[in-house]
Amino acid sequence: MKILVCIKQVPQKDAPLRLNEQGTWIRDDVSWETNEPDAYALEEALRQKEKHGGEVTALTAGPARAAQVLREALAKGADRAIHLEDDRFAQLDAGNTARAMAAAIAGENFDLIVTGLQSDDFGAAQTGVLLAEILGIPHATIIIGIEKAENGLKLKRELEAGHYQYIEMPMPAVLTIQSGINKLRYATLIGIKQAKTKPMRKVAWAEIEGKLSPHMQKIEKLYVPGSQKQTKKIEGPAAQAAKELVEYLKNEARAL
Amino acid sequence: MMDGFGENLIMAFPFQGVDFVGFDSLLNDDERLSRDTARQFIEDNLIPVIEECNREGRFPRELVPQMGQLGFFGANLQGYGCAGMSNEEYGLVMQEFERGDSGVRSFVSVQSALVMYPIHAFGSEEQKDYWLPKMATGEKLGCFGLTEPDFGSNPGGMRTRADKSGDEYVLNGEKMWITSGTIADVSVVWARVYGDPDTKEGQVRGFLVENDRPGFSAYDVHGKWSLRASVTSGLSLQDVRVPAKNLLPKSDGLKSALSCLSQARYGIAWGAVGAAMSCYDTALRYSLLRKQFHDKPIASHQLVQDKLAWMITEISKAQLLVLQVGRLKDQNKAEFQHISMAKRNNVWMALECARLARDVLGANGITDDYPVMRHMMNLESVKTYEGTHDIHTLIIGQSVTGIPAY
Ligand SMILES: Cc1cc2nc3c(=O)[nH]c(=O)nc-3n(C[C@H](O)[C@H](O)[C@H](O)COP(=O)(O)OP(=O)(O)OC[C@H]3O[C@@H](n4cnc5c(N)ncnc54)[C@H](O)[C@@H]3O)c2cc1C
Repeated sequence: MKILVCIKQVPQKDAPLRLNEQGTWIRDDVSWETNEPDAYALEEALRQKEKHGGEVTALTAGPARAAQVLREALAKGADRAIHLEDDRFAQLDAGNTARAMAAAIAGENFDLIVTGLQSDDFGAAQTGVLLAEILGIPHATIIIGIEKAENGLKLKRELEAGHYQYIEMPMPAVLTIQSGINKLRYATLIGIKQAKTKPMRKVAWAEIEGKLSPHMQKIEKLYVPGSQKQTKKIEGPAAQAAKELVEYLKNEARAL
Repeated sequence: MMDGFGENLIMAFPFQGVDFVGFDSLLNDDERLSRDTARQFIEDNLIPVIEECNREGRFPRELVPQMGQLGFFGANLQGYGCAGMSNEEYGLVMQEFERGDSGVRSFVSVQSALVMYPIHAFGSEEQKDYWLPKMATGEKLGCFGLTEPDFGSNPGGMRTRADKSGDEYVLNGEKMWITSGTIADVSVVWARVYGDPDTKEGQVRGFLVENDRPGFSAYDVHGKWSLRASVTSGLSLQDVRVPAKNLLPKSDGLKSALSCLSQARYGIAWGAVGAAMSCYDTALRYSLLRKQFHDKPIASHQLVQDKLAWMITEISKAQLLVLQVGRLKDQNKAEFQHISMAKRNNVWMALECARLARDVLGANGITDDYPVMRHMMNLESVKTYEGTHDIHTLIIGQSVTGIPAY
């Protein structure tokens, strides 16, 4: 199987975030890591390769620092990497990110494309789905189990409230992977050394620019919500106070 | 348990490193990735068990196979199944191990710098081919026997001897304070050679002694208040016969043993930064949550801030010092006095951080709900072994004055 994994670099979980001066996004001087569901997508790709043979390619779109997530993927066992390298790639909306990725892999003919079901920073959960649309191949989301079948894939999807859906679909396909589908491996130190020698193809902004559409999304303003701690004291006899409390919880706090 | 909040709240957050001066920007992708791999491994596998190991005085041996599989043993050696990391990458891995526990880091240091390194540097092809791949995976473990009951800072006085007898050597002597002694498959034993036409009479050389040879015994030191998650042993050699091919052929005098120590000391200088980070990180989080007087966090008091400021400053200086020594080492320009400075300074500052962090935690600081007191007790050993703090003072002193003052 020829598998592509799309990986995004996001701010580290629990990292203290500070807004940039324009208040349009966070400051760049945080620690970065692989988007968690993408790490599971990579792991799943590596496991499929180990079972069925083939190759795994890791792709990211982002500035130079994003190469780190590709290095990590190569260290864990991916065979090669594609880096759409430019600061501007980080600012694309999901549609244009998908268009950029589709353009970068034109002619590659992957059997399977996997990515995390959403990114930990924007959380739009659109990129994988849109990529499938642009490539004109089927997709399935929130995957927590993949098995290769006779002529396609048998998949397990996570629905709400503990329900699952089992589906079959043909390949090539795009799957968006749910965190927890497998147990992540560590990069080995030898793997980290070997990663250096694996091919990394860089794709410049100029090669892609013409394939993009007008931006559909722009962040106007981000702000930290002010703290709104208030104490309300309900006085009077207990029965009366309880009534008032219920009214308050229903109508004002809307907790009931 | 304290009033208001439990340790869970503080210790529940994963360790995210300590970087005040943009230290990370001095590292390349591979260096960061090696560190992050080690950090994740320690967070997932050692942190959940270390307090229990420390209480029980138990070495978490169950982690050895995975450590081997990930390439943590002999990580900066080339070939023979070793990862071939740079000295910075290796150092950052040591930092993360000691952020977990000095005892577990000591185990890795001994396996890597004191056993695999001398085999790599002074061993025959046959010795390297046999031992190194097995030690890299952790299938075989080693220990390093230099110190004796009567000779610590002055190993040159050692009494352990190896008498040549036909195509064998017969070893006799006692080694003391030997990390991993009773769990090792092989010991690198340093002894004075007698009756060997190829060796100057009484010269110190290294031998590989399999621990199951008749006449060899190892026993554990009990009652330790320090490095409780690491095994510390005595070795006794009574007429232990080893074939002549067990001599490390390129070992040549005490300086060979000391060159192993240089490797290990370098790793310790990084490791100490990790222990200090753990103490600082714990103290900082604690001070922001713990409230005393006027319902204000203790972090808002000047005296507490003084302690935190001291810690973060010393940690930042220590990181820069040891990184530079690592860069020198990569260029083969690190000299023993450079490594002495890094070991001496960084272990001292880590111990001071542990003491200050213990203060900041108040009564909670003395329990093993927090890692601070464990680090403090561990670091007392780290201050002594691999050349005591004062011996490194003398090494630096001799280096700048030209006058030995031992
Ligand atoms: C937990 C642990 C693990 C160890 N693991 C190993 C191991 O794996 N292999 C191994 O070979 N050894 C090991 N050691 C031994 C360690 O290296 C020695 O303890 C160390 O070299 C100090 O020797 P000593 O304890 O005999 O102290 P001493 O040499 O007796 O020193 C006692 C004090 O005197 C001071 N002193 C000594 N000489 C001078 C001088 N000339 N001028 C000024 N001050 C001086 C010292 O600085 C120290 O403060 C280990 C020790 C510990 C505690």
